[in-house]
Amino acid sequence: MKNLLQTLDRYRPLFEPGGKLNALHAVWDANDTFLFTPATTTKGPTHLRDSVDLKRVMFTVVIALIPCILFAIYNTGYQFNVVNQVAGAGFFRHIFEGSKIVLPIILVSYAVGGFWEVLFASVRKHEINEGFLVTGMLFPLTLPPTIPLWQVAVGISFGVVIGKEVFGGTGFNILNPALTARAFLFFAYPVQISGDQVWTVVKDAGNTVEGWTGATPLAVAAMVPKGGNVIESLREHGYTFWSMMVGLEGGSLAETALLPILIGAVILIGSGVGSWQIMAGCFIGLFAMAWGLNMLPASDFKGFTQLPPHYHMMMGSFLFGSVFMATDPVSAAATKVGKWIYGILIGALVVLIRVANPAYPEGVMLAILFMNVMAPTVDHFVVQAHLRKRESYLRKFSYAKG
Amino acid sequence: MTETPLLNLAVKAIFVENIVLAYFLGMCSFLALSKKVETATGLGLAVVFVLGITAPLNWVIHHFLLRRGALAWTGIDALARLDLSFLNFICFIAVIACMVQLVEMILDRFFPPLYNALGIFLPLITVNCSILGGSLFLVERKYTFAESAVFGLSSGAGFALAIVALAAIRTKLRYSHIPPGLKGLGITFILTGLMAIGFLCFSGISL
Repeated sequence: MKNLLQTLDRYRPLFEPGGKLNALHAVWDANDTFLFTPATTTKGPTHLRDSVDLKRVMFTVVIALIPCILFAIYNTGYQFNVVNQVAGAGFFRHIFEGSKIVLPIILVSYAVGGFWEVLFASVRKHEINEGFLVTGMLFPLTLPPTIPLWQVAVGISFGVVIGKEVFGGTGFNILNPALTARAFLFFAYPVQISGDQVWTVVKDAGNTVEGWTGATPLAVAAMVPKGGNVIESLREHGYTFWSMMVGLEGGSLAETALLPILIGAVILIGSGVGSWQIMAGCFIGLFAMAWGLNMLPASDFKGFTQLPPHYHMMMGSFLFGSVFMATDPVSAAATKVGKWIYGILIGALVVLIRVANPAYPEGVMLAILFMNVMAPTVDHFVVQAHLRKRESYLRKFSYAKG
Repeated sequence: MTETPLLNLAVKAIFVENIVLAYFLGMCSFLALSKKVETATGLGLAVVFVLGITAPLNWVIHHFLLRRGALAWTGIDALARLDLSFLNFICFIAVIACMVQLVEMILDRFFPPLYNALGIFLPLITVNCSILGGSLFLVERKYTFAESAVFGLSSGAGFALAIVALAAIRTKLRYSHIPPGLKGLGITFILTGLMAIGFLCFSGISL
């Protein structure tokens, strides 16, 4: 450790103003502060400092994502081996094939996203922030394994530059950059990402089951006609509540299973990085909306309205979105009451988009983006209401006195 | 258009086909008056009021005076054959101008601070494309009277929602570190595009 610090200190003057490599100061600073606590001390009169800075917060999210990454690799490999009928493929074979598919996606996302981050940090003289580690990881985890790598590069460029850097970098963005990137791909290249077909990497056309396609649970449920039994149709396509919970099925990389996301949620809530109010709000919204739709007469509305809420919860990317995307502290509502409203509306919107919007099979991404747009409004009115309450309290108090 | 349930139409006009974020109408006041939430709310309400009144009023004018065969109720054959729909624009604008004048007088009398905050943009509602657009849409889509009333009110509500949301975001943006070249309108344009992506979640919804 000491050696490392000395090495860093030896090269420090190179990057300081006047040094040869001053242009790369942002890169230097990122490594320096990543390894050691910054030496700068507070100069003002308040000396309350926590060792938890933005870097540590962001890194906690990356740690919380690790179970999801591992599961994504395993599941992708598993799907690959099942579809390509690889005989006798075991655990390690799954991991191996999965890594071959997932790691390039993550690497491209990091490399391209990192490039933009460094470029902007160097030109605009702000710090390189670990925020991009989170964005660069969240984004690939929401993608299907079949995504072409150039699309990953284009998407993350849009997300980092338009979603974040034009606003001044981490902490100033309005929408979640990872979701902005995904939404950009979603609308620009809908064929690869629209979400009604199961995505599985197929080796090459000659070598596989003829015409491998399958519908996602969401697409199956959306197709159920009036008065149809939605749970029964899901079962016919091989989806039960348990299978969707275990998550060994096709889908975006990290969205399918409950357990790894739950571990991530525990880490986020335990460390105080993710807001439990938002997660709880999402669940309440989802359950309330789904129950409300269940009340509708089954014979007059399409079968999807009859899907019980716990199925809704396990389908698609609701869990991943509500734990990792909705809780992004920058783009979410900031007030306590606002967080509840924000979460509940996300949950309700997810169900509404899934059931009532034939254009999109999945509503999580767009519901969260919409609420990102509305979050400042929610906050504003919560704060105004609070001000009014305090004001009237104050007035009552002064009357009582006078 | 036949028999659209009014609730469906309202939801559609507010969220799905939001007049600002799906059609990009009324941009000038949308961008210029969204710096503070209070002003934005005021303008939003003014637009709701003006659209809510002009839409049904223009429907009446179009339906009974201007469209082909509209004058049949006079019973005079020569009039019944007239097609005055080329006068649509000028009549609609005249109605809108009158309504805006009315709003202006009401605001000036009862809410002077808001009147001052809105400034020149209040009379400019007259030439706000979202208002004229609302009237033209109802002709083009052949709405009934009730439908055009609902459409006018909910389009206005959609405008109000969008501009309040933008104002809240811009209040937050005051603390951000935007590149100098993008400050002000530049970033607002980008923001409008991003908001439109957010609103896309409703496109295609049918109740």
